[in-house]
Formats: sequence, structure tokens, C-alpha cells
Amino acid sequence: MGKKWVMALTGIALIGFVLVHMVGNLHLYEGAWETHEYAETLRDLGTKVIPRTWVLWALRAGLAAAFALHLHSAYSLTRMSRAADRRYAGGRDYIAANYASRTMRWTGPLVGLFVVYHLADLTWGHFNPDYVRGDPYHNVVASLSNLPVAIWYIVANVALAVHIYHGAWSIFQSLGVSSPRWNPLRRRLAGTFAAAVLVGNLSFPILVQAGVIDDGGRSVVRERLEQADRTGEALAPPEGAP
Amino acid sequence: MSAGENGMLNVRLRVWRQDGPGDAGRFETYDVGGISPDASFLEMLDVLNERLTLEGREPITFESDCREGICGTCGLMINGRAHGPQKGTATCQLHMREFSDGDLITVEPWRAGSFEVIRDLAVDRTALDRIIAAGGYISVNTGAAPDANLVPVPKEAAECAFDAAACIGCGACVAACPNSAAQLFTAAKVQHLNLLPQGQPERWARTEAMVETMERFFGSCTNHGECEEACPKEISIDFIAWTNRDYVRAKLRNRKPTGRR
Ligand code: HEM
Ligand code: SF4
Ligand code: FES
Repeated sequence: MGKKWVMALTGIALIGFVLVHMVGNLHLYEGAWETHEYAETLRDLGTKVIPRTWVLWALRAGLAAAFALHLHSAYSLTRMSRAADRRYAGGRDYIAANYASRTMRWTGPLVGLFVVYHLADLTWGHFNPDYVRGDPYHNVVASLSNLPVAIWYIVANVALAVHIYHGAWSIFQSLGVSSPRWNPLRRRLAGTFAAAVLVGNLSFPILVQAGVIDDGGRSVVRERLEQADRTGEALAPPEGAP
Repeated sequence: MSAGENGMLNVRLRVWRQDGPGDAGRFETYDVGGISPDASFLEMLDVLNERLTLEGREPITFESDCREGICGTCGLMINGRAHGPQKGTATCQLHMREFSDGDLITVEPWRAGSFEVIRDLAVDRTALDRIIAAGGYISVNTGAAPDANLVPVPKEAAECAFDAAACIGCGACVAACPNSAAQLFTAAKVQHLNLLPQGQPERWARTEAMVETMERFFGSCTNHGECEEACPKEISIDFIAWTNRDYVRAKLRNRKPTGRR
């Protein structure tokens, strides 16, 4: 049962990340330069106290650890259940178990694979010849304007929402957050949370495909930075930049 | 229900037969006719067994005792549901009127790694007893019975503990769980004592020991909630949440100072 606690606590870290990540990505709606500045803000976190990007790296390390622990607990708990379970030769009915709860062991690894792909794609730029470091807006457009990639993002994020729908409710049970007064709220909270994350995350591939998020293949951020280098001027907040 | 001729039911049973723990087992099909809709499921099996005996065939082994939903021995998987299609009752409280004339009914024993099939539909549920033995008791001095009301118990605590204590140890929660986890049974047994003043002295030792014994035999809960639906006493999974909380608290409290390990 200790591992259930690990599952739940790392789950909180992971869904906290998912929410912040989705909300942060909403900067894509503001435009390329604003998205770039948001990314810089993340690198600047804590600069008053410790060197630049240290806070960001600490967060990344924490997330990686949470991810690894979550995976390890899922793996060992699954093995425990597999060892304990026997199938019904004549089949069985499900009454309470839903699609989400029964597919945790599929949606989880799918999301895990997606996370690795996603990092390789948009953080390290492995898959994209057009990758420009420091211009996330451009990179998102370059990747997601490719239809198969957009579909893969959509599938993975549906899986993530399904995983979170069961996971977010499951956290309450695992941590013993249960009182008759509030219990009916727990499912609804999980549902609302999963739906919000789903809508936010799906909007990006869909709007890139629809051409709403677009930079015509140019990297606005690179152009501005190069221009600023040439003229030596300090970068002012953009006026009507895309 | 829709009955056949003279209001009697004719059903076809597909029953798991297994000669012993080592045997592979198989389904056998029996046509059982002329069953009263008012017969209980177990009475229907009694009728079938009588007929099998008269034909010189081996009757089907199944367990039962009280036949009124309190002893917990009679659990069967009926059409893929623990204790059959009716909610909140044990197999012995299920009546044939829940079925229709001509139905095919599949009957299987509980399936879990720790519930070995003894024969046909009877399984060994000793693992549940191991969990009780690990801490499902309170220690009291022997002697004359204590005065009633000597220990005041708040009404809410008493009622809540009583809801948990309704567990009859049938094992349907394990049987219905896709993980073969025994969380509902264990939580019911842990909480019915943990909620009462009498259960406090051994609360933390009990919680840790019972949970860890459970984990030696059963799978890991993923909060499907299937157990609550299967439970003939409709015990709530809230007890599982409270046991999860008690378990970490127990782990923290039961830590031994380094010098005393
Ligand atoms: C990488 C592979 C992953 C695997 C194999 C995996 C697998 C699992 C499994 C088996 C459970 C237990 C189901 C339960 O107890 O209800 C679970 C729970 C959970 N997962 Fe994942 N998961 C993965 C990734 C993720 C990611 C990326 C997130 C969040 C973004 C996440 C969030 C959660 C949450 C919040 C829970 C509920 C914890 C609890 O039971 O209290 N998981 N996961
Ligand atoms: S909790 Fe319910 S289903 Fe489980 S053993 Fe007790 S009575 Fe049976
Ligand atoms: S025979 Fe006792 S509970 Fe069914």
C-alpha cells in the first residue's frame, strides 16, 4: 500500500505539471514573440536568488523522478495483481469499472511514449529539420502542421485525459481523502479537470491544422533577435507582432 | 421473469466442474426443468444434485450454511457477476424469479490466485482468515462480561463501525475485483475495530499487520469500485480510503527508534 501512496503523490506532481503545461501553452494564442518570452520567463525563475535556469532544472529533475517512481510503482503493483488474478473461463461482467479505470495500464504507457517523443520533437528538435532553438511557436507550427504528427498528438492527449479522469479520482481514494459530505464531488472534479486539460491540449494541433496558429514558415523570434543584434538596440515589447 | 409451463422454469446450467485442486476443470451443461420461481438459487442446485445422485452421477460441490445471507460461505459467480444479478444479496438470497424460462446460466467458482478450487464450485478462502488472524481482534481481560455501556461510543461511530462489521467474509469483493485485491474485505475488518474505542489500543499494529498480510495473498487495488457493487452487504469503498489513510499513519507511528530495532 506504500506504493499506492507513491502512485498518488507522483500522480499529483504529474497532473500538476500537465495543468501548468497546458495553461502555459495558451501563450501560443498570443503569438510567437509572447510564447518566446514566456519560455524565457521559465528560464529566469528564481534568478534573484540562484543562477539562471537552476529552478527550471530542479523542476525538471523533480518531474523526471516523479515519472520514474510512478512508472516503477505501476509496474510492481501491476505485477502483484497479475500474480494474484485468475480469469473467469465463462467471462465476467463489469458494473462499476469503467473504460478509463480498465485501460490505465494502456493509456499510461501510451502517454509515457508520447512524452518521450514530445521531448525529442519539441525540446531537443530531433525530428524536425526546421527546428529553431528558442522559438517554441515556430517549432509547434512546424511539427503540428504535419497531419500524421497532429493525429498522434490528438490520440496521445485523448489517452492522457482518459488516464487522468480515472487517476484524479483515484488519488482521493489512495490518499484517504474521503468524507461522505464531499465524496460526490470527487468524480465531478476529476471529470472537469480531465475535460479542461483535454480541450486545451487538443486545441493546439487542431488550430495549427486549421491554420489559425501559423507563422508562414518564418521564425519571427530568430528574425527579431538577429535584427536586434545588427542594430544593437534593446528589444522593446513587440508592437503588433504576430 | 417469464415462466414456462405451469409457472415453472426450465433453465440450462453451464457449471464449472473440477475434480480437485490439481484438475484442469471444465464446464458441463445440465438442463434443469420444473423449477419454482420461488426457489432460491441454491435450492435449484439442490434439486439438480438430487437428480444427478439418482442418475448415479457425481453431485456438484458447492458451499452453503445459513442460507439467509449471514455466514458468507455460498458465493458463486453467476453469469459473470459475483452472487448473481441481484444487488446487495448473497447467492443464497437470490431467487429463480430473477431468471427467465429458457435462460442459459453460467456458474463458476470465485477466481483468485489465493482462492484455490477445492472441488467444483467450492474454493479455499483461508487467505481471508490469515488477514483476520493478523489483527482483526481486540485484546480484553477475561472474566465476567463487562457492564453494558461502560465504554461510551458515539452514535455515528457505532453506526459506521456497524456498517463495516456487516461484512460476512464471503470473498465476493476479491472475486469481482479485476486485480483480485482484497481491499474491501480488509478495510471492513480493519475499520470496524478502528472506529470504536475498544479498537484503539491495537489500532496501528492492527492496520499495518492486516494490510501487509493482505498484500501477501492478494492483488493491488486500482479503485475500480467493482467490489462495492458485488458486496452482498453493500459495504462502501469509503472504508478503503480510510484504511489507506490509517496505513500511512500506522507506518509513521510504528517506526521503531533506531536503537530498538
Ligand atoms: C509512463 C507511463 C505511465 C504508466 C505505465 C502509468 C500507469 C498508471 C497506473 C497503472 C496507475 C494506477 C491506476 C490506479 O491506481 O488508479 C496510474 C495512476 C495514475 N497516473 Fe499514471 N501512468 C503513466 C504515466 C502518467 C502520466 C504521464 C501522468 C500524468 C500526466 C499520470 C497520472 C496518473 C495519476 C494522477 C494516477 C492516479 C494515482 C492514484 O492511483 O492515486 N500517469 N498510472
Ligand atoms: S466486504 Fe462484502 S464482498 Fe467482501 S467479503 Fe465482506 S461481505 Fe463479502
Ligand atoms: S449460505 Fe450463508 S450467506 Fe449464503
